[in-house]
Amino acid sequence: MTLALQTFSTVKDANAALQAAGTRYLGGGTLVVRAANEGDISVSSLVRVTETSLQAIAVSGGEARLGASVTMAAIARHPELAALAPAARAVGGPAIRNMATVGGNLFAPAPYGDFTVALLALDAIIVTEDSEVPIQTFLAGRDASRAIVTGITFVLPRAESFRFLKVSRVKPKGVSVLSIATHLQRAADGTVTSARIALGCMADRPMRARATEKALLGCKLTAEEIAPALAAAGEGTSPITDPVASAWYRNEVLPVHLGRLLLA
Amino acid sequence: MAKVPVQFTLNGAEKAEFVDSGTTLLHALRDKIGDTSPKGGCHQGTCGACSVIIDGELRLSCLTLAETCNGAEIRTTSGLAEAGVLHPLQRAFLDAFATQCGFCTPGMIMAAKVLLDHTPNPSREEVVEALSSNICRCTGYEPIIQAVLRAARANSQNAA
Ligand SMILES: Cc1cc2nc3c(=O)[nH]c(=O)nc-3n(C[C@H](O)[C@H](O)[C@H](O)COP(=O)(O)OP(=O)(O)OC[C@H]3O[C@@H](n4cnc5c(N)ncnc54)[C@H](O)[C@@H]3O)c2cc1C
Ligand code: FES
Ligand code: FES
Repeated sequence: MTLALQTFSTVKDANAALQAAGTRYLGGGTLVVRAANEGDISVSSLVRVTETSLQAIAVSGGEARLGASVTMAAIARHPELAALAPAARAVGGPAIRNMATVGGNLFAPAPYGDFTVALLALDAIIVTEDSEVPIQTFLAGRDASRAIVTGITFVLPRAESFRFLKVSRVKPKGVSVLSIATHLQRAADGTVTSARIALGCMADRPMRARATEKALLGCKLTAEEIAPALAAAGEGTSPITDPVASAWYRNEVLPVHLGRLLLA
Repeated sequence: MAKVPVQFTLNGAEKAEFVDSGTTLLHALRDKIGDTSPKGGCHQGTCGACSVIIDGELRLSCLTLAETCNGAEIRTTSGLAEAGVLHPLQRAFLDAFATQCGFCTPGMIMAAKVLLDHTPNPSREEVVEALSSNICRCTGYEPIIQAVLRAARANSQNAA
């Protein structure tokens, strides 16, 4: 393995260094160092930044800002981020969570990216040195993205409006069969007035279940009323096939798990 | 390739080495410094055999670059015994038959140690969760879970 690490004190300098061919940003390293260990020679140089703002968590006025280097473990134990703790705890085991960053999770290919599924349902904003883009736009263009993500901002959900589920076969830890995050606003009588639903493993990266979102509007969360929304869950999906599950299986079980989550 | 200096404390002792840039901590510990207690199982983050404690947190040394550990306090299983007396976790692993081939043992003990450092009287579920990134191909896990619970009981009896 020939891998050189360059350390910078500012994002600006690191962004400049990242323009060189074969150079990648080092977050927690759980994917990028793993790839190097596995013999991936497309990366010859890693860049990291020691700026402490990247590690910061700020919550105020109902909004949260996570520095890109914040780890899953830091999110899971933060008292004001309790709504997101289940999604943070869904990533890997304890050692992985101490290393895995939220910035790296945005780039993780399926079956990974469980935390990003939660961020997608929250319609988070992805911040770089000179841009702020909605997460969906960011995910669509992430393969070509060369800029360091510095932070992620989102409006904190009220606990009762946000739900997260990761389905895996190995207990207590395992890779996702799929993951689902739902963010629903409901009227006093329980009718759904707005819905954002994000899915993991149902494409090569987290995606929104647009048809289901639309079909849920005006429904109460009963088995009868959500049935059309569940029937639409597979629209636009192209799940991965991996040793954990086939694309066919993922499509089959998605409505079942989504139904359980909505009715829970 | 350029050598870079790394400096950290390992089990309380100052260590300084020159390593190739991009060297993993696992490689630096085993092949440079000579602490072979962390094991290289998968080099993929999957087996936990390389687990060490860095600044109080469980980490995988196979996915950690040595250069990022400058100034850190690193602990490994080889530093647990004091003056020839095994650490209560090591004692419990032997007494509960929680080690067979022993390859997973140093990683298991590191994972168990961070658990007990923060949660001296864990529930069975907490033990299972704490060990969930560590794979054992020999014991079937139950003796390891029992060993950690036994070490926790021994600690609380000593403290009482
Ligand atoms: C054993 C194991 C189990 C895992 N289990 C799960 C799981 O259950 N769920 C899950 O979601 N993931 C899982 N993962 C994958 C991974 O650990 C997480 O997705 C993690 O969040 C990745 O973050 P990282 O900081 O380690 O990324 P890195 O490896 O540091 O980086 C990954 C990629 O993102 C880029 N990148 C990272 N940060 C930035 C940034 N700030 N700006 C621009 N580019 C950046 C890097 O250049 C690289 O290309 C697992 C990994 C392992 C090894
Ligand atoms: S060698 Fe590091 S997790 Fe297997
Ligand atoms: S004792 Fe052999 S792998 Fe655990």
